[in-house]
Amino acid sequence: MSNLKILVGCKRVIDFTVKVRVNAQKTAVETANVKHSLNPFDEIAIEEAIRLKEKLGGDVVKEIIAVTCGPSKSQEQLRTALAMGADRAIHVEVSDESYPKLQPLGVAKLLKAIVEKEKPNLVILGKQAIDDDASQTGQMLAGLLNWPQATFASKIDINGESLKVTREVDGGLETIGSKLPSVITTDLRLNEPRFATLPNIMKARKKPLTKFTPQDLNVDITPRLETISVTDPPTRKGGGKVDSVDDLISKLKSAGAL
Amino acid sequence: MPNSQVTLQYQVKNLYKRLLFIGREYPLGYSYFRPRLKKAFLKNRDLKNEDDIKKAIETGEYVYKEIETLYYLKKYRALKKSYYD
Repeated sequence: MSNLKILVGCKRVIDFTVKVRVNAQKTAVETANVKHSLNPFDEIAIEEAIRLKEKLGGDVVKEIIAVTCGPSKSQEQLRTALAMGADRAIHVEVSDESYPKLQPLGVAKLLKAIVEKEKPNLVILGKQAIDDDASQTGQMLAGLLNWPQATFASKIDINGESLKVTREVDGGLETIGSKLPSVITTDLRLNEPRFATLPNIMKARKKPLTKFTPQDLNVDITPRLETISVTDPPTRKGGGKVDSVDDLISKLKSAGAL
Repeated sequence: MPNSQVTLQYQVKNLYKRLLFIGREYPLGYSYFRPRLKKAFLKNRDLKNEDDIKKAIETGEYVYKEIETLYYLKKYRALKKSYYD
């Protein structure tokens, strides 16, 4: 294979250091004035695409395209991806009002439209986003495209047209073989993402960024699911110390454990 | 100033800029990081010998790498804790 075009997904999520809060209406988490960053699993996906390019060379990996579906601020995350080493970016702009209602199925449909437009032969996505933890987009995209999928990858080997992916499963590792084109979703231990350096961030400003809207791509993103309410997890109650064994036994009895 | 010293001066400035940039994400805050970084650089302001300056730059590069690793580990551990433990 002398022509590899890689599409990587990027999602803007609330930064992992932020303590999330549920908004007053209990409909969603508070996103205003909260630090956002690129989804860590997507960083791993971008890093893997760049490593493939470095390993196989620019003659084999022709292009790395970073794509995001989100509000206008998502461009910051695309610029991070470009600074890390993606060649160009595509922004599917979803308005601020409709973005909270955008669901994995909608994203998968948008990505499918982008795949049909750009014709990449490898799509690498993060296995899940750290905000909604859905872990559905990659699988749905593979289903819609009728492509093979290799989810939760912890090692990727590409040899010509064939693909060997080691996956993390419960109780061990599973190695699967597949053919290009394919969808891969990344697990935490696939690689260590690099940091975007200051000069590369400057250079990333000049890299091309194309914008689309869901209407341009002729994709219906109306939600199929309705969020009824969002609540905080119950607060953890602290334990207490007992003075004696008798005290312990009486407490256990009153709790119904004895 | 001889030519080699101009290059060194550029390297020092560049290192300072990069450290300032990476320090914006420092866990204890930029307001903690910046004065300490400045102090560390000022401490070496009187270095005249080229080898000494090169050595100081090397130390700075080492610190830069350490901070990068610190950020990576912090993120890795946070994710591991929330999804794998």
